[in-house]
Amino acid sequence: MIRVENLQKSFVGVRALDGVTFDIPQGQVVGLLGPNGAGKTTMMRILTGFVAPTGGQAWVDGIDVQDDPVACQRRIGYLPEGNPLYTDLRVREALAFAAEMQGLRGAAARDAIREAVEQVGLADVVHRTIGTFSKGYRQRVGLAQALLHRPPVLILDEPTTGLDPNQQQDMRDLIRRLGRERTVVLSTHILPEVEAVCQRALIIAKGRLVADGTIDEVRAQGRGEACARITVRGTLEQARAAFAGLPFVGSVSAEAAPAPGLSALRVALAGHADADRLEALAAACHAARLPLSRLEAHAARLEDVFAVLTEQAPAATEEVA
Amino acid sequence: MSPQPAPARPGCGAQSLGVLRKELRATLVSPIPYILVALFALALSYVFFYGLDERRNPSFWLLSTASVNTLFGVIPVAFAVLVPALTMRMWSEEMRAGTLETLRTMPVSAGALVLGKFLACWVLLAACLLATLPIVLTVDGLGDLDWGPVWGGYLGAMFLGGALVALGLWISGLTRHQVVAFLVTLFAGLVLCQLLTSMASDANSGLGPVFHAIALDARYDALGRGVLEVRDLAYFASFTAFFLYLNAESIDSRRYA
Repeated sequence: MIRVENLQKSFVGVRALDGVTFDIPQGQVVGLLGPNGAGKTTMMRILTGFVAPTGGQAWVDGIDVQDDPVACQRRIGYLPEGNPLYTDLRVREALAFAAEMQGLRGAAARDAIREAVEQVGLADVVHRTIGTFSKGYRQRVGLAQALLHRPPVLILDEPTTGLDPNQQQDMRDLIRRLGRERTVVLSTHILPEVEAVCQRALIIAKGRLVADGTIDEVRAQGRGEACARITVRGTLEQARAAFAGLPFVGSVSAEAAPAPGLSALRVALAGHADADRLEALAAACHAARLPLSRLEAHAARLEDVFAVLTEQAPAATEEVA
Repeated sequence: MSPQPAPARPGCGAQSLGVLRKELRATLVSPIPYILVALFALALSYVFFYGLDERRNPSFWLLSTASVNTLFGVIPVAFAVLVPALTMRMWSEEMRAGTLETLRTMPVSAGALVLGKFLACWVLLAACLLATLPIVLTVDGLGDLDWGPVWGGYLGAMFLGGALVALGLWISGLTRHQVVAFLVTLFAGLVLCQLLTSMASDANSGLGPVFHAIALDARYDALGRGVLEVRDLAYFASFTAFFLYLNAESIDSRRYA
């Protein structure tokens, strides 16, 4: 549905995108991750035709964005960064304008507006001026505008930024619901959001794609390590001895003990913290006669993966603004 | 609501009318248009009934003829001040608020946007002109007014105003600062509507005819005398088209920035 090949964009003295290639099939919900200034917004602006690339090509639904931006734009619902809105207009007026720009008229426009407004929960406030809204409601107006023409592709630039935790949750639920029948690309730097909403993550750093895959694959690419958290009645040395025979156990370190006589341990695991390994750990404790009161699996944290990936990215020519 | 194939490609005309409506809505909720209309009518009434100076712009009472020529005579300069106030926010505000991104990622050509904004300014300008009608009706009540030059004057004013609006829109599309757009448009308008004619009349060089040909007020004066010259109307129309084209090009080229 969205294909990008060797995409490049240079601003004066700055290389914002430096040869990015990916392919997003129809119906996938993809998280675009990266530190601020990594090129996420530039990428989205190229896909929506707001900015022309200096090199490479981008296709939406098989149409080259440079060849026919208008045809692409009709297939895309876009929530730009910072959600710019006509604050002087009422919700209904802003949506009526958007409908006109999308070529919807008369009953078709009215139906589209009603549906969009219901979908984002703005039905009660359509006659209010957008400028009087809080951030959460403004975000809904922006999203309603993006949904109006029922586009098969949604491109959302930081849709949850500036929202309170409840609103963020609502927005994530909405995106997940919309993603059932649409291709969605959303950018964020909130990692749990990607885990909650996306099937796939693209990590951009300094204008380059540094990781691409499912959340698990990205974790593996980042060589983040899984671990188990264990509490036993015994000492650190006893525990180390008990686990010595297990090939997948890495370092064993002590954490703050919950009570005298108990040891809380962090056991690094090579690969995944899967059921087989946890059972082996439990069996080892049992064999060493170390009473076990806690055994938890921890997947590699995406934050660690993210930090590793974005820091080892090859330096672009200049610092990105 | 499931994704659907997009409806028929929207027509440029319908989109321009949509932009026109949006601009009028956004403008009419602010006090600006009301203030502009009131000030415009007040200023022109003052100039007409009290006069600026006895020789070039004497008051209506001093002239004591049933004519509104002096009213139309000050319109070029009045427009040079009024039009920048109408056009300054048209693009600059979209850039400052970031809504240009919303606008440019909707399936609309730059040309349709430019046309819509132009029409919005033109309608507001027509409203300002309409506010001078009481002056004309007063004169008509006091004497026997010849309406030929009046219609000519109004028609010419719309053409002249269109040209200035196109110029102002283009300038607004070059900067995100409304005040900069206002000042530059004001300066350009005063040059075109006042300075060039003065320079043409006392230029010793061969540039006099060139200045005279470019100047907007000279052509407008001819229309105001009731002489409807196709040549002059065509000049205004092509001036307008040229700057609307430049405007669309400059908005489009922002993608390559």
